[in-house]
Order: sequence, then C-alpha cells, then structure tokens
Amino acid sequence: MSGLAAASYLTSTGEAVQFWILAVVAVAGALGAVLMKKAVHSALCLAGTMIVLAVFYLANGAYFLGVVQIVVYTGAIMMLFLFVVMLVGVTAADSLKETIKGQRLLAGLCALGFGVLLTAGIANAALRDFDGLGQANAGGNVQGLAALLFTKYVFAFEITGALLITAAVGAMVLTHRERTGPAATQRELAERRVRGGKQLPPLPAPGVYARHNAVDIPGLLPDGTPSELTVNPTLRARGQIRDVSGEALAELAALEQRSEDWLERDKRRAGERTEEGAK
Amino acid sequence: MNPVNYLYLAALLFTIGATGVLIRRNAIVIFMCVELMLNACNLAFVTFSRMHGNLDGQIIAFFTMVVAAAEVVVGLAIIVTIFRSRHSASVDDAGLLKL
Repeated sequence: MSGLAAASYLTSTGEAVQFWILAVVAVAGALGAVLMKKAVHSALCLAGTMIVLAVFYLANGAYFLGVVQIVVYTGAIMMLFLFVVMLVGVTAADSLKETIKGQRLLAGLCALGFGVLLTAGIANAALRDFDGLGQANAGGNVQGLAALLFTKYVFAFEITGALLITAAVGAMVLTHRERTGPAATQRELAERRVRGGKQLPPLPAPGVYARHNAVDIPGLLPDGTPSELTVNPTLRARGQIRDVSGEALAELAALEQRSEDWLERDKRRAGERTEEGAK
Repeated sequence: MNPVNYLYLAALLFTIGATGVLIRRNAIVIFMCVELMLNACNLAFVTFSRMHGNLDGQIIAFFTMVVAAAEVVVGLAIIVTIFRSRHSASVDDAGLLKL
C-alpha cells in the first residue's frame, strides 16, 4: 500500500482500478436513490452506495470507520429507513407532477452550479501530494482512534452520549400515543359490533363443495348465484376471482336434463311393460 | 491515481444528494438524500485524514455518523407522527403547522 510511503503522489494501480469501478457504482446508486419513483427502490440504491463508500473507507486506511459504516449505516440506519417505508406504505409512489413551475429545471441548474463550484474549489486547492496513514496507523487504526477519542475529543465524545440519549427519548416521546379514554371492554366491543350492523357470525367459506375449495372461488347460494361474502375483498379488487357459478348452473341443468331423459325412458319402458301385461 | 479523486467523488455525491433534496417531495426520500450528503462529507473527511497523515479526520467522520444516527431516529419519528395525523408522507401536504 502506498500509504506506507512518507509522501507520495499516486496510489497503487490496484486501488485506482478499484476506485474507477466502484465510483461508477456509487454514483449510479446515488442517482438511483434520487430518481427512483418508489421509496423502497431509493433505499436499496442508497444501501448499495453506502456499501461502496465502506470499501472506500477501507481503501483509505480507515479500517474502523469502514466496518462502522457497514454495521451502523447499512445495517441499522438503512434498515430503520426500510421499516418506516413499510410502515408509511410501500405502494405510496411519489407523484412526479411538478407543483412549482420550473422547479426541476432550476434545481438542476443550482446543482450544476454548486457542483462546478465544489469541483473548482478542490481543483484549485494545493492537494498534490499526500502523507498517507502509514505512521498514524502504525499502532493500529482502532488504537489510534481510541487514543484521540479519549484524550483530545473526550468532551465531544461525552456530549455525543448526551445527544444519543436525547434522541432516543425524543423518538419515544414522538411515537408514543397517550390513551385519552379507558380501553373498551369485551362487552362494549360486542355491543358496538351488533349496533354497527356488521356480519356477526363467521363469514361463509369460499369454494363450491365437492368441486372446488380454492379461496378465489366464491361459494354459491342455494339459487346458484355467487356469494360476495365468501371471498377476500383484496382478491376481488385485484380481479383474481374465478366465478364458476355459470359452470355449476350449466352442470345442474345438464344433470336435470339427463335425469329427465332417464325418467322419460323409464316411463316409456313402464308403459311398454303395462302394454305387455294388458296383452 | 491521486486521492484527490475521492474528493471529486464526494463532491459529486454531495451534489446529487442536494439535487434530490430539491426535487423530491416524499419526506422519506428527502431524508435519504440528506443521508447521502452526510456520507459524501464522511468520504471527504476520511480522504483528508489520509492526505494529512493523522486520524483527526476519521474522528470527525465518526462523530458525523453518531449525529446522523441520532438525526435519523428523531427525523423518522417525526415522519411517522406526521403520517399518522395526515396519512401522507409528502412534504407538500404538511404546509401548515396545524391540521
């Protein structure tokens, strides 16, 4: 690793190759996070970018931060994001209609100007050679960080503890809902159901017995029409219901026809028999 | 390759994140873009730490991560609370402080 040299201009070729490949992935992930329509896709793209950044930290000699990036950012923060996305509703896609006219164009122009400004600033800075972390990491990266953290930055570290406790308490206060009235008893719940005029006994089962018992087939009422209550409303909304009432009615009609025919024949035979008996 | 390229990448990621904050209207996505900006800053800090040959930059990046974790916890709690009262996570709907 070139970090061992006191002052150098270039990193190793391996790191350069890694950078150019992974930088493309990182930028693609960032663009995906911004441009994806659904929040879940954005979160997954961002998780990819964060993992790539962890690799960059490792390549830059920040071994502790590389691991912390994966554990804290990708493992904890992004999962928290996914939890909230699921809670708030995955299907709620962002509406892409502009509410302020020309906002996107102006935002793009601002971003372009800002990017040019940042890039020009970096390009103008005297950043030609670099020292590398060979000396600083000589006693181990974690040991070096700990030595700094508990001496020079110990107050910042302790204030961070206070900040984390405040954040935890704040999150609990924000998401906690105070019960304003007493909880309803079982009797009150039952009375509410009866007054509400809902279906009181269990819902009838789906399927036409002896023929089908799948959940997507509505049960038939005595007159052969399908019963709305027997199938899940979600399936009905998706249009995934197979209606077999026509089939069943046709079969019933065919059966009746057959028995009619059979009775007809029987009657004729009986008639022949009585004729023979008369003879 | 010079490590300055890491700084250019950090600037690019920061700009993309800022654009996302400007153009998106889903509060959660805006929040994710803020996280992206924080991450870009962390990358710059780590690169500076390598360039100067001391670990102070990494300490600052570490503190940024802690602050980001606290910010995410409170921010997401606020989003969940707003979603409960308004049934929407769009920042356009929360134009007034009262309901």
